[in-house]
Amino acid sequence: MKRIIAAIALGLSPLVTFGAGSGVSPMNANTDLTDQKSLQNGAKVFVNFCIGCHSMQFMRYSRLADDIGLERDLVAEHLMFTTDKIGDTMTAAMEADDASGWFGVPPPDLSVIARARGVDWLYTYLTTFYADPDPARPFGVNNVMFRDVGMPHVLWPLQGVQSYVKGERPADVDSEHFERIEPDEKGFELTTVVTTKDGNTTHVTDMLEVTVPGAMTPAEFRKTIRDLVNFLDYAGEPIKLLRFQMGYWVLIFLAVFALLARALYKEYWKDVH
Amino acid sequence: MKAMLTGLLEWTDARFPLTKLWNEHLAQYYAPKNFNFWYYFGSLALVMLVIQIGSGIWLTMFYKPSAAEAFASVEYIMREVPMGWFIRYMHTTGGSFFFAVVYLHMFRGMIYGSYKSPRELIWIIGMLIYLCMMVEGFFGYLLPWGQMSYWGAQVIISLFGALPFGLGEPLTLWIRGDYVVADATLNRFFALHVAAVPLALLALVVAHIMALHEVGSNNPDGVEIKKDKDLNGIPRDGIPFHPYYTVKDIWGLAVCLILFAAVLFFAPTFFGYFIEQPNFVPADPLKTPEHIAPVWYFTPYYAILRAIPDKLTGVIAMFASVLIFFFLPWLDRHPIKSIRYRGTLFRLLIGVFVITFIVLGYLGTQAPTAAKSELGFRLGELYFSFFLILWLYSKQRTTGFNYTVLGIVAVLFVFFDVIRFDSENGALMLVSSLLVIGYFVVFVLGSMYTKLNEPKPVPERVT
Amino acid sequence: MSTDVDAGRRRFLTTSASVVGGVAAVGMAVPFVAAWQPSERARAIGAPVEVDISKIEPGQMLTQKWRGKPVWIVRRPPEVLEALPGLDDRLRDPASTQKQQPDYARNEYRSIKPEILVLIGICTHLGCSPSYVKRDQAPLGTGWPGGFFCPCHGSRFDYAGRVYSGVPAPTNLEVPPHKYLSDTRILVGADEGSA
Repeated sequence: MKRIIAAIALGLSPLVTFGAGSGVSPMNANTDLTDQKSLQNGAKVFVNFCIGCHSMQFMRYSRLADDIGLERDLVAEHLMFTTDKIGDTMTAAMEADDASGWFGVPPPDLSVIARARGVDWLYTYLTTFYADPDPARPFGVNNVMFRDVGMPHVLWPLQGVQSYVKGERPADVDSEHFERIEPDEKGFELTTVVTTKDGNTTHVTDMLEVTVPGAMTPAEFRKTIRDLVNFLDYAGEPIKLLRFQMGYWVLIFLAVFALLARALYKEYWKDVH
Repeated sequence: MKAMLTGLLEWTDARFPLTKLWNEHLAQYYAPKNFNFWYYFGSLALVMLVIQIGSGIWLTMFYKPSAAEAFASVEYIMREVPMGWFIRYMHTTGGSFFFAVVYLHMFRGMIYGSYKSPRELIWIIGMLIYLCMMVEGFFGYLLPWGQMSYWGAQVIISLFGALPFGLGEPLTLWIRGDYVVADATLNRFFALHVAAVPLALLALVVAHIMALHEVGSNNPDGVEIKKDKDLNGIPRDGIPFHPYYTVKDIWGLAVCLILFAAVLFFAPTFFGYFIEQPNFVPADPLKTPEHIAPVWYFTPYYAILRAIPDKLTGVIAMFASVLIFFFLPWLDRHPIKSIRYRGTLFRLLIGVFVITFIVLGYLGTQAPTAAKSELGFRLGELYFSFFLILWLYSKQRTTGFNYTVLGIVAVLFVFFDVIRFDSENGALMLVSSLLVIGYFVVFVLGSMYTKLNEPKPVPERVT
Repeated sequence: MSTDVDAGRRRFLTTSASVVGGVAAVGMAVPFVAAWQPSERARAIGAPVEVDISKIEPGQMLTQKWRGKPVWIVRRPPEVLEALPGLDDRLRDPASTQKQQPDYARNEYRSIKPEILVLIGICTHLGCSPSYVKRDQAPLGTGWPGGFFCPCHGSRFDYAGRVYSGVPAPTNLEVPPHKYLSDTRILVGADEGSA
C-alpha cells in the first residue's frame, strides 16, 4: 500500500502553467491584500487611468468603499467619474461599440482579470511596455509579456517611455524570445533566448530603459503598479481575506469535532475484538 | 413523553416499515468487523452526493442559464448573494471531492475483489453511477460559461462527430441544438445537470446499496463472513452496522470535512485544477484558448484519446478505456478475492496500473509534445494490458497458452507501431517500446518462470 | 463483544459529539438561510430615491417608484388640510394609532410638512394600487371630500391616507420613511438616523 500512496503523492506534484504562453516567467508582484493603503492607491490609479476604457461590471463602488477602508462620501466625491450613485457598478466611460470601432475589440472587463491571468503576469505586463517604431503597431508600443498587444501604453505619464535596447547578438539570428525579466534602476533587464539559423541557442541581455522620463522613477512606478495589481487582485475576489479568516475558525472547530468523534468511535469499538 | 414517542413509532410501523428498514439496513445489518481505511469512501461518497445536491439546488436559485447572463450570474453569486461564494465553492470543491472519493472507493473494489461473484451487479451499478457522474460533471462544467467551459464542451461534443457513415455531424448538431455550442446547448445541459442526471444518480445509489445489502459486504481479507454463523444466525465475524460503523464513519467524515474545509477556505481553485484559470474569462466563440484541458478527473481518458493519431480510433479507445471496467468481474475470475493473498506480481500489477492511471492523468493536463504523446500512447497500451494480464492470471495457464497470448499481443502492438511510424519519432518509439516489453516480461514471463505469482493461503476467518 | 461497557462515558461522548455535531449542522445551514436575504444588487436597486417636488402644483400628485412600489407625493391645497379634522368620525383609525407611519408622520396631517403628503400607493386590503380621486370627482361624485379610492374592492382613504370605516381595508395607507434634503428635494426610503 505504501507504494501506492507514494505513487499518488508523486502524481499530484506536477505544476501546471495556464496562460504563460509566451514562455516568459513573470516577475513576482508581491501583493498583499491586507495592505489597505496599497489597495486605496490602486483604486485611485484604476479610476484615473483604466476606467476610461475598461469596466469592472461586477464591482460596486459601495462595496469598494467598505472593503478598502474608505468613507462612502469620499469615494463618491473622488473616485466616481462615471456615475453618481454609490451603489452602482464600475462601468467604463467608453461605449462598447465605439471601443470596437477604435480598438478592434472592446477592452475586456477587468473584474476577474487577476483570477484569469494571475497577479504576477499583470504586474509584469503593466511595467514592460516599450516604444516600438514598427508601423504595424497601432499605438507605437509593444509589450514583453503580451506580444503585439492592442492596448496603448496608458500609464506613460507615470512611467515615461521605455526604449528597447538590444544587447549584442550573434550573426544569423533565426528566432528569439524573452525568458526572464529583472527590475533595474533604469528600467528592466531582459534575458532573451536567441536561436541562430544553425540551431544553436544563446542567452543575451537586452534592456528596457526609460528614455523619456515620466512623473515617477522606475522604482516608484513599480510600487504604483504593485498597488494597482493588488487592487485588481482584491477586485477579482473581494471575499478572499474574509474566507481565510473564517477558514481558521472552521478548521479549529472541525478539529474539535474530529477529536470527539474519534473518542466516541474508539469507545464503542472497545466492544469489538 | 417516552410513551408518546413509543406510541407514535408503533402507529408508524403499522403503516410503514420504519423499524424494519432500520433493523435490516442499520441495527441488524451485519458487516465484517475488519473494515479498514479503504472502507470509509462509500459513506463519504454518499455525503458528497448530498453536499452536491444541497449546494446545487441553492445555486440554481441565483444562477441564470442563458449565454448572455450565465457568467455574470456566477459573479453575482460570488459577490452579491450573502454567503453565495461559500455555496459556490462548496459545489466546486464537492464536485472534485466526489470524484476523488469515488476513485478511492473503486480502488478498494479492485484490490479486495469486491466486484467478484456474487457482487458483480453492485459493481455494474457502481460503474453506471460513475458514468452518470462523468456526464453530470461534463454538463455542469459548461454552466459557468467561461472559456474553458465553452471550448471543453466544444471539443468533447465534436468527438461524437467522429462517428462514421454520416452519423457524426447530425449527431453533434442534435446534441448542441445549434451550429456551435450556444445558448441552446447551455439551457439543455442545465436541465439535464439539475434535474435528469441527479434523479438517475439517486435511483442508482439506492439500487447500489440495496444490491450490497442483499449479498453483504466484502472485506479486506476477501473472506465471506456469511459462511460462518453462530447459533443465532449472526455471522461470527460480523458486527451490526449501527452503532459500530455509523460511529466510525462519523469520524471518517470529520477528517474528510477538515480536508474539504481546508480546500474551500484556503485553496478553492486548487491551483487551477478544480476551477481552471481560463474559466475566469467569459466564453468567446471567436477565440480559442491556448490550451484546452478537461477537469482533472477526466484527464486519464483524455490522454488516451489524444495519444492516438486517428480521430475515430482515439474516440473508440477513450470510450473503451472507461467501459472496460464494466467487464472486470468477468475478466478477473481468480477465486482469491483479496490482494493480501494473491502473489507479489499481482500487487506489482495493481501498483503499475495506479501509476499508469496517474501519469496518464498528468499527461492529460499538459500541452502535447512528441515525447509526451509517445509516453501517453505507451501508457495507453499498458492501461489495456492491465486488464489482459488480470484475465491471464485468472487461472493457471500452460506455457503454450502464455506464449500464444504474448505472440498475439506482440503482433498487435507491432502493427500499431508500424501504422503510426513516422521517421521523426522512430527513435522515440523504439525507446518507449521498452516500457511495454518490460511490462510483459515482468508480468507474463515473471509468472511463468518465478514463484512471484504464487498465492498465499486464504484464512477461514477474517484477520 | 466485550461485556464491561462504561455506559456513562458512552453517554457523555455521544451527547457531546451530538451537540458539537448539531452546532456544525446549524453552522452549515447559516449560509443557505443567509443567501435568501436581499442581495447587494437588490439593496442597491432598493436604495433611497431622491425626488424633486418643486414642480408639483397644488392638488397634483407625483408617483415615484421605490423598491418596486409606487410612492405618491401630493401637494395638498389649504382647504383640504382644513377639512381633515372634520372627517375623524368617519374613519377607522383617525389618530393613526396603528403603526403605519414613522413617528414623525404620526400627526393630524400624517406628514412632516403639512402641505406635502408622502404615501406608499398600495391598498392595505389586498395590494391593488388605488386611484387619486379629487373632491367631487367621478367615480365617487358629489359629496366625496377627496382622497384615494381602490377599484378592486371599494376601499376609500382620505387626503391623509387614513382609511374610512366600513371598507375592506383594515389600516391607513403606509407612509414610507423619508426626509427633506431641502425645500424642494425629498429622499424617499431613508430618514434621520440612517444614511
